[in-house]
Amino acid sequence: MAPVAPRSGDAIFANIERVNAELFTLTYGAIVRQLLTDLEEVEEVNKQLEQMGYNIGIRLIDEFLAKSNVSRCVDFRETADVIAKVGFKMFLGVTASVSNWDAEGTCCSIILEDNPLVDFVELPDTCQGLYYCNMLSGVIRGALEMVSMKTEVTWIRDVLRGDDVFELQVKLLKQVPEEYPYKDDE
Amino acid sequence: MVREVAESCVDSLLTEMVASYCNRFYANKPELAARRIEAIGYQVGHQLSERYTMERPRFSDHLEAIKFICKDFWTELFKKQIDNLKTNHRGTFVLQDNKFPWLERISIDPSTDKVNSAEDDSFTTAENKAASTISMHLYYPCGIIRGALSNLGITCAVTADISNLPACSFVVRVKA
Repeated sequence: MAPVAPRSGDAIFANIERVNAELFTLTYGAIVRQLLTDLEEVEEVNKQLEQMGYNIGIRLIDEFLAKSNVSRCVDFRETADVIAKVGFKMFLGVTASVSNWDAEGTCCSIILEDNPLVDFVELPDTCQGLYYCNMLSGVIRGALEMVSMKTEVTWIRDVLRGDDVFELQVKLLKQVPEEYPYKDDE
Repeated sequence: MVREVAESCVDSLLTEMVASYCNRFYANKPELAARRIEAIGYQVGHQLSERYTMERPRFSDHLEAIKFICKDFWTELFKKQIDNLKTNHRGTFVLQDNKFPWLERISIDPSTDKVNSAEDDSFTTAENKAASTISMHLYYPCGIIRGALSNLGITCAVTADISNLPACSFVVRVKA
């Protein structure tokens, strides 16, 4: 029987190398602040944060697959569940939940109540329109693209904008069939 | 309980930050990229030392403050202390970490290795590239130390010396 994929990332998080989250949180904050100074436009900062996240996601997926022992997900529902329960836990130490599925099972929301990125953070009025945590959406998009899923990730709710939780909508655009770079019979 | 995240979160964030500033935002202006990366470190160092000194009395002199950076501050960040501290007692301090964690996992883009056909040339190019990539990564910790000391009332310049990898020495020059 195939090993059962872990339903939570607790054990993995307990066993990997961890560091003080303050350094992570403050570094992220300092990067956002520097980007706001350098790029001036909030829209551009949102875009660059997403791009940086994407670049991280396409690399982080390897570590995720290597350490999580998760096997192939049968459908997008299971994928979303694994991201929320295993992915968030093993990297950020928090658990997210999944809800608001559409009828086709291709679009859902990942809900995050506790988010280490925003400890100590308050947005000034001049930053209206900023998606402070936009790097997270890039990470998810990048990671999923590496396992053949093209997605669109958008913020629906944001605690820094006065909502009660963080809500990320993940929409599956298309599943790219896997192409092997080699032929079997060679 | 202290909140923790996976070490790879910090590693990925730092790698991507340096790459974005060096290869995208200021691709042809390495000195500007360096200044921005240092500024990010400065802000983080400033905030962290504010937090870590909240419950402490003021430091009586520069050496006390530097010792705090070597012991408590370094331990919060890296779970170990600075291995060796030297000073000339005239405002220069050398903080040596025998195995600086942030340099352990840096890999150099291999695509630049094969550009040159002449063997000697390509070797030098690869070496230079490696050295400049590493030095870009060092602006961040230098900024952290400068920011932390500035919060303790010490104005200084911080540079890094990596002639003995994986050891890394941070040279603090206090401004009179």
